[in-house]
Amino acid sequence: MTRGAIYPAIAVIAALAVCAVILLVMGLDPVLAYQKLFQGAFGSKNAISETLTHAIPLLLCALSFAVGVQGGLINLGATGQLYIGALAGGAVGIYLHLPPILHIPLILVVGFIAGGAYGLLIAFLKNRFGVSELISTIMMNYVAIYLLNYLVTGPMKDTSSANNLPQSALIATTAKLSIILPGTRLHAGLYLAIAALLFYYLFFYKTPLGYQIRVGGLNPDAAHYAGFSIEKNNYVTMFLAGGFAGLAGCVQIMSVQSRLIHAFAKELGFSGVAVALLGNNTPLGIAISSILFAGLDGGAAKMQTLAKVPNAVVYMLQGIILMFVVGQEMFNLFHRRQRRAGIKKEAAT
Amino acid sequence: MLLEMEHVTKRFGELVANRDVSLSVRAGEVHALLGENGAGKTTLMNILSGMYAADEGVIRLNGEKIVINNARDAIAKGIGMVHQHFMLVPALTVIENVVLGLKENKHFLDLRGAAARLNELGDKFGLAVDPWAKVADLSIGQQQRVEILKALYRDAQLLILDEPTAVLTPQEVESLFAMIRTLTQEGLTIIFISHKLMEILGICDRCTVLRRGEVVQTIDVADITDKQHLANMMVGRQVDLHVQKPRVTPGDEVLKLDDICYTDKDGARRVKNVSFAIRRGEILGICGIDGSGQSQLVECITGLAHATQGSVTLNGKPSNQMPTREILRHGVSHIPEDRHRMAMVGQLSINENLLLMTSARKDFLCHGLYRWKAISTYNQKLCEDYQIKAQGVSEPMTNLSGGNQQKVIVAREMDRHPNLLIAMHPNRGLDIGSTKYIQGKIVEARNNGAAVLLVSGDLEEIMDLSDRIAVMYNGRIMAVMPQQSATIDKLGLLMAGVMPEGMNEHIATNGAS
Repeated sequence: MTRGAIYPAIAVIAALAVCAVILLVMGLDPVLAYQKLFQGAFGSKNAISETLTHAIPLLLCALSFAVGVQGGLINLGATGQLYIGALAGGAVGIYLHLPPILHIPLILVVGFIAGGAYGLLIAFLKNRFGVSELISTIMMNYVAIYLLNYLVTGPMKDTSSANNLPQSALIATTAKLSIILPGTRLHAGLYLAIAALLFYYLFFYKTPLGYQIRVGGLNPDAAHYAGFSIEKNNYVTMFLAGGFAGLAGCVQIMSVQSRLIHAFAKELGFSGVAVALLGNNTPLGIAISSILFAGLDGGAAKMQTLAKVPNAVVYMLQGIILMFVVGQEMFNLFHRRQRRAGIKKEAAT
Repeated sequence: MLLEMEHVTKRFGELVANRDVSLSVRAGEVHALLGENGAGKTTLMNILSGMYAADEGVIRLNGEKIVINNARDAIAKGIGMVHQHFMLVPALTVIENVVLGLKENKHFLDLRGAAARLNELGDKFGLAVDPWAKVADLSIGQQQRVEILKALYRDAQLLILDEPTAVLTPQEVESLFAMIRTLTQEGLTIIFISHKLMEILGICDRCTVLRRGEVVQTIDVADITDKQHLANMMVGRQVDLHVQKPRVTPGDEVLKLDDICYTDKDGARRVKNVSFAIRRGEILGICGIDGSGQSQLVECITGLAHATQGSVTLNGKPSNQMPTREILRHGVSHIPEDRHRMAMVGQLSINENLLLMTSARKDFLCHGLYRWKAISTYNQKLCEDYQIKAQGVSEPMTNLSGGNQQKVIVAREMDRHPNLLIAMHPNRGLDIGSTKYIQGKIVEARNNGAAVLLVSGDLEEIMDLSDRIAVMYNGRIMAVMPQQSATIDKLGLLMAGVMPEGMNEHIATNGAS
């Protein structure tokens, strides 16, 4: 566990160092840039709350990917699952009027189930026809993106105002998540994210079904041998993965977005992959790295205005971090292989 | 002396694989390198064949100091190695494999000329192989010949054979030994790596025993009077080579197979009309060359595959169509043939691996959540009982040695007190200590009333453990006989598909139950 935490930390520090060199070559001041970046991310109450607000959907998307990895599936479909969840949850938020105590949970449940159902489709294709989830998830992203596009420009389009933007009507006020830090945008979705993280931990490390899915993810032959059903594992895994992404979509609709908007999630789904990779799929790792990535995004604007460093540097930084993390996997593999070779040579018994 | 290795030391990180090893090999002899897994035999030979560089020490060939930096150097010096796992390309022909990597044809391959030379070599050493045959179509024994020919083609004077008999039938072993005798008569020198005592006594002139990376002793094989002595030297303590097996009267029938056939996805008939039964307190040993249908037969019993014809009866219930989960619930324990691929999850801890078959056990759960403390305590006790050497139950499985990994699997499967224990190659790749321990446990399960199906290619093991022996060849059971009436020779012939004289299939199959 400690070893697992050290490598990502090294990856981040190394990426900062490499980026600093690049900034120097560009004739910019890396110290000033990083200073402003940090200030923009964590320098004030407002900065911190913005970072946390952004970290909420990021964390949920990261969980979506991490759940897949636990089950041995590469879920690149968080984007699509997020939109489907947001669509279903958003519809409940826009067209139903209930007391908040019922309305909010209902949206979340509907969003989770919708995203999960979209995930189940992937599992079905895989179980039934052997379709690689790598391909199908990416394809299904497009289906979801264009479905949302169609709906917000057609049937669900906002007709109340004079503008002609591709967006739906606002959700009911009873469906809005409450602000938990007055004067900021930080909302109750934070509790949901923490609960999701807790669920992820308990499910995979404390329940028989989670254990069986992990075994199947690491070694399908062993799962088969032990009588676990890989097909069932795939269904459960993809339902949970889709569900978490669906929640991310709902939370955005119920807080900062307030309505369905064309392509509102931008790169959230894929950023989640990055966060899960950096966090090594551990609950704590995902929590920390989602805050880090959200902070980098949040601090970029401040860095651009105050240090005159283009905010694209942040994407470069994120990219380099990821390369180091993936590189570390290779290093691990190498290390493990050497270790195994060594152990084989050690006298047995 | 042809070869002298003096004070060779090789370290991998903190681990010392070879410590101050000195080895001298006389020209024209068969020199055995004996030691348990992990004693450093292969490392030492990999240094000689240029795969690793030694950290310290000197190598002399014909009295001259030589430096071997890579495999090419070793080949140039006339050192050839035949690895335990053959380094052949199955899709290519024999001759293509032989010339692979040679640089004598710069622009055009002269395969015809090469084939002629290969035939010449084959005639000289009595190793004839068709140069134009595809390697994939050759038997294991023939593939081994190709490997040896490959080394001879490169003018090897010193041939290293790494556990060459591990994959052969008894008859193939005999012809390998004949080959080795011809090679030494022709002036070659052989280093023969093994941990099988009988082979060393059978073919070798001198023997160097390695233990934990150090040389214990080099002795003339002619001076060895007692195999036990050699075993003790290798292990470093007294080992009991005999399996204690009290008489047990077999009880009720646990497993019954009636006319089982299995055709795989590609339409190949893997199992053909197999029938037998096993009762409580009885070990049925199935021997056969790898790939004779044993794996598929076991899969049909464990529910990993379903027989395409015939019936399987488990505890009196038809189990043909039962899923694995349900079959396991009927008290079937299974030690699979491939430990790494099937029986364990390397990245998970010992604790989690021990949980594999009992993941829904009630007393391990509290409100649906695992009680890891209680599970750890339980598994710690299990590790102690089964003498598993590890730092603790949270240690990842990959960190254990092969013997200890297998002990974890055996502990898990035995702890369920099976009605039927299926053990496939339970000792493959294990050293003598672990082998004897696990064999003891299998007999213990039988004494406690389990029916045991033992599948092994090791005839000594089959003879030592079984109450009855079945021989499988090409998907068929050739014969079933009581252990008392079996001999290694008889089994060897049957494994190769030959019915020994005076033995009638009908009688053989029905004369023992």
